[in-house]
Amino acid sequence: MSILSTGAGELLGQLNKGEISSVELTQLCLDQISAHDDQLGAFLHVDQEFALEQAKSVDLKRASGENVGPLAGIPVAVKDVVCQKCQPCTCGSQYLKGFIPPYSATSIEKLQAADAVLLGRTNMDEFAMGSSTENSSYQKTYNPWNLDYAPGGSSGGSAAAVGARMAPLAVGSDTGGSIRQPASFCGIVGMKPTYGRVSRYGLVAFASSLDQIGPFGSDITGTAALLQSMMGHDSLDSTSINKPAPDLLTDLDKPLDGLKIGIVKEFQTDGIDEDVLKATEEAIGVYRSLGAEIKEVSLPHARYGVATYYIIAPAEASSNLSRYDGVHYGHRAEEFKDLTDMYRQTREEGFGPEVKRRIMMGTYTLSAGYIDAYYVKALKVRRLIRADYDKAFEEVDFIASPACPTPAFKIGELIDDPLAMYLSDMFTLGANLAGIPGISIPAGISSEGLPIGLQLLGPPLEEARLLRAARMFEQTTDWHQKIPELAAQ
Amino acid sequence: MDYKIVIGLEVHVQLLTQTKLFTACTTAFNPDAPNTQTQPLCIALPGTLPVLNRHAYELAVKAALGLNCSIAKFTKWDRKQYFYPDLPKGYQISQFDMPMSYDGWLEVDDSDGNKKKIRILRAHLEEDAGKNIHDESGRGEDSKVDLNRAGTPLLEIVSEPDLNSAAEARQYLDGLRLIMQYLEVSDCNMQEGSLRCDANINLHITQENGEIAPTPLVEVKNLNSFRNVEAAIEYEVERQLEEFQLTGRKWGDPGVMKETRGFDANRGTTFAQRGKEDAADYRYFPDPDLAPVTMTEEQIDAIRKTMCELPADRRERMQTVYELSDYDCDVIINHSPQLSDYFEETAKISGDGKQAANWVTQDLLRELNDREITLEEFPIRPDVLGAMLKKIVDGDLTVKSGREVFGILLAEGLDGKELSPADVDRVINDKGLAVVKDTGAIEATIREVLAREQNAKSVEDLKGGKQQAAGPLIGQVMKEVKGADAKMVREMILEIVQKL
Repeated sequence: MSILSTGAGELLGQLNKGEISSVELTQLCLDQISAHDDQLGAFLHVDQEFALEQAKSVDLKRASGENVGPLAGIPVAVKDVVCQKCQPCTCGSQYLKGFIPPYSATSIEKLQAADAVLLGRTNMDEFAMGSSTENSSYQKTYNPWNLDYAPGGSSGGSAAAVGARMAPLAVGSDTGGSIRQPASFCGIVGMKPTYGRVSRYGLVAFASSLDQIGPFGSDITGTAALLQSMMGHDSLDSTSINKPAPDLLTDLDKPLDGLKIGIVKEFQTDGIDEDVLKATEEAIGVYRSLGAEIKEVSLPHARYGVATYYIIAPAEASSNLSRYDGVHYGHRAEEFKDLTDMYRQTREEGFGPEVKRRIMMGTYTLSAGYIDAYYVKALKVRRLIRADYDKAFEEVDFIASPACPTPAFKIGELIDDPLAMYLSDMFTLGANLAGIPGISIPAGISSEGLPIGLQLLGPPLEEARLLRAARMFEQTTDWHQKIPELAAQ
Repeated sequence: MDYKIVIGLEVHVQLLTQTKLFTACTTAFNPDAPNTQTQPLCIALPGTLPVLNRHAYELAVKAALGLNCSIAKFTKWDRKQYFYPDLPKGYQISQFDMPMSYDGWLEVDDSDGNKKKIRILRAHLEEDAGKNIHDESGRGEDSKVDLNRAGTPLLEIVSEPDLNSAAEARQYLDGLRLIMQYLEVSDCNMQEGSLRCDANINLHITQENGEIAPTPLVEVKNLNSFRNVEAAIEYEVERQLEEFQLTGRKWGDPGVMKETRGFDANRGTTFAQRGKEDAADYRYFPDPDLAPVTMTEEQIDAIRKTMCELPADRRERMQTVYELSDYDCDVIINHSPQLSDYFEETAKISGDGKQAANWVTQDLLRELNDREITLEEFPIRPDVLGAMLKKIVDGDLTVKSGREVFGILLAEGLDGKELSPADVDRVINDKGLAVVKDTGAIEATIREVLAREQNAKSVEDLKGGKQQAAGPLIGQVMKEVKGADAKMVREMILEIVQKL
C-alpha cells in the first residue's frame, strides 16, 4: 500500500530506476481496484490481462536495454469518452453499449507510444454532461473520501480512481470543468490545457469548441508528465494548435520569481462554502509567503458565464449527438412505426434525462427565430469573456480562485436541481469559454473531511508556467499527500 | 395568354478529387461494393473529426473562376442539420451565409440568337450524402444505405432566375458542363451522379389588365439528365398555365408556399413530392470542428494561372485559326476537351484545319460510335492521322486512298499494333496508293489502253463528243497505275483522244 500512496511523479522515478517493475505496480493497481471498486464504481471496464501484458512488455523492453517512453510502465486510467481501439467506449450511455471503436484517439496513441499501461475505462456522466457522474447510465461512482458524496463530474470515474489510488494517473475531458471540479472533489491534481493543446481526434464530442482532454494525477509531476506525452499538434484535428509543445518537466521544480497572482473581484460572491473560502485564502497566503504579489482583477462579464456556457455547450451538443440516430451503429429501438418513429424511439431509449435536456435546449437555441437571441448573442458574450481574461492577464500571471464553490456534494443532493448543479461550474467554465489552461490542486480539507481544490488559471499556451506555479504550492504544502482512508486500507 | 417562363437552376457538381472533402478516403465510383469506401469519419463514428481537403477547395476555386465568380477571401463551414439515413452525422457540412464564391455569369444564346448573360448568385462547397437504396421488388424489404459517396466534395452552383426557356436552361447546363470538363474540375458524368440538377420554375403571366401574375414557385428536384431538365420545364410550363387558369393562385398569395416536385422520366411528368414545403429549419450554425478558410489574392492568382483556355474562348480561337464552320467547331468543342486537343494537333501536323475537321468530325467520330470505344482507346493518334492528312494536302495521296489507309491502320491499331507516322508510308507503299505524278508513265498507259481493240468503240464515241465514254477507259488506266489521280487521268485521256 505504501507504494500506492507514493505520488505519480515519484512512481515514474522508481520505475525508471528499476526499483519497481511495471508488472508489480500494475498488479498493485489491479488489486486496489479489486479491493475497492465494488464500492466506488470508478471503472466501467478493466482489462486485467491486457494491462499486465502491456506492463510485461514495457518491463521486457527496459530489461533488454531498449529505449522506453517517458511514461514507461505507469498505469493510466482512461475516461470512457476517449476512443481506444478494441476497447469498449460507451461514454456512459446506453446508446453506445457494446460499441468498440475500430481506431484509437491521437492522445491514446501518444500514450501508447510513451509506453504507458492503459488500465481500463472509467465511469462518467453520459456523454460528459453533468457534474456528479450520477448521469452515467451504467452505475454511480462514489467519492473515495466519503461514500455518501459524489466524486464530481463528468470525469468522476477517473478522479475517483486516482483519488482512491487505483491508478496514479488518469485521462479526463473538460468541457466546463469536468476535470478540475472532480479533481477538487477527490483531492487530486486535474488540469485542462489550452484549447487545442491535446488533439480532440478520438474524443467523443460533447461541445466541440469547449472540449479538451487533460490529465489527472496524484501529484503535479505525474500530471505534467502525462500531459507532456499527450499534447502536440495533430493534423487530424483542425482545431489543434500548430505550435511546438512546450517542455513541462525540465524546469518544473524551479519556483517562479516576481509572480503576480490575481483574485477576481466578481468571484467574491455569496454562496461560497466557508471552508472553501478559508482554504482559498490560506492558499493565497501561501503564494504571498512565497513572494507573490496578490492583485485584484476584474472579469466584468464573468457573471454571464454560466448562461453563456449553457447556451453554447448544449447547442453544439444537440448537433454533435445527432449522429446517434439508430441507423448506422449503436442502439436502435426494436419497435417503431416508420422512420421518424424509429429516430424518436431510439433516442428516447438511448439517452438519459440530462442528455435529452441538453439536446432540447440546444435545438431550441439554434432554431429559426431564436438563434440570434440565444446562440449568436452567446457567441458575442463569449468574445467579451475572453477579452476580460486577456485584459486580466496583462496585469497578473495567474488567476487564483476556488475550483468549486463547495466541497463535494452528496449523491442525490443536486440531481433534481439542474440549475444548482450548473452553478457548481461557475469558477471553471470561464476557462473553457476563453480557451485558456486551468488546474485544480489539493489545497485543504473541509470540516467534514472532504478535499478542497484551488484553481489556477493561466494565459493561453502557458501550461509550463502554470504547472510551475502549482508545483511551488505543492512543494510548500502537504495537501497532496492526504489520502482517503479507504485507499490506505 | 402572354407569359414569360422564369427558371433558376441549382447544379451540384462532383469535384474530381482522389479523396473526400474532409477525410483521406477514396471517392471512386463503386456501387458494386457498398460501404467499402468508408473511413471512420464517413460513417460518423464517435470522436472522428473533419479536416479540409485543400486540393478540393482549390479545384472549387478554379471552377468558380471559370464561372466568372468572385472568390471570397474568408469563408467558414456551417452545419446543415436534418435527420436522414443517408446522412450519418445528422448534419451536412456546407456553407450557409459565406459561400466561397459569388456573383458569376455564364453566357447562352437567347431565342433571337443574341448572347445573354445568366447571372450566378453563388457557388459553394459542401459534402455529399450517401445513397439510400430502396427495395423495388414490392416485397417491402428493408431500405439500404451505401455510404461510399458520403463526404464526396460537391460544388453547388446557384443561378439567378435569368433563364427563360427550356432551351436556355439546356444551353446553360451544356456550357457549365463544358467549363467543368475543360478545367478538369469534374467529369460531370450524370450516370454516376457527378452532376445533378434542381430547377426552380414559375411563370410570369400578363393578365388582361396588364398586371403581371407570378405562378406559385415549384422546385423540381434531382433531375439526372439534361433532357429531363428540358422535359420537366416544358411539362411545368403547361401544368402551371393550366393550374393558373383553374385556380388563379399566385406566388405571394396568403398560404402559397414553394412546392417541391419530383420528375417521372418515363412519363415525362412532374409529381408533388411533399405536400407543401413545411418550412424546413436546418438550424445552420458554424461548424466548431473546422477552421475558417482564407484565400489571398496571390493564392487565387496562382490558381488562375493553372487554368486552361475556357471552351467559349477556345471555340472562338479555333474558328479563327482553322477557319472552321460553326457546326464543325461545335461538334469538336462540345464533344470534349480531349477531342479539341486531338483536332488541334492533327490540324497543325496536316497544315489544313478544314481537312482535319472533316476527318475528325466524320470518320473518327463515326468509328468511335460504331465500335463503341472512347477517344482514348482510338489507336490512330493525331501524329499518325496528321501525317496521313498531310499527304492528302500535299497531293501525295487521294482522299479515296486516304480512307483505305485509315481503314487499314485502324484495323492494325485495334489489333494492338503501336502506330507511328512511318506506318502511313508503309501502308501507302504496300498498297501502291501513292499518287503517281509521273505523267510520262501515265501517258504511256493511256496510249496502250486506247489502243486495245475492246476500247475502239469508246474511243470513237469520245471523239464524237460523248464524254461519258471516258469512264471505262479511266477505270482501266487506274487499274494499271495505282495511285494516279482520276481527274488528271480523265483530262489526259480527253487531250490524247482529241489529238488522235
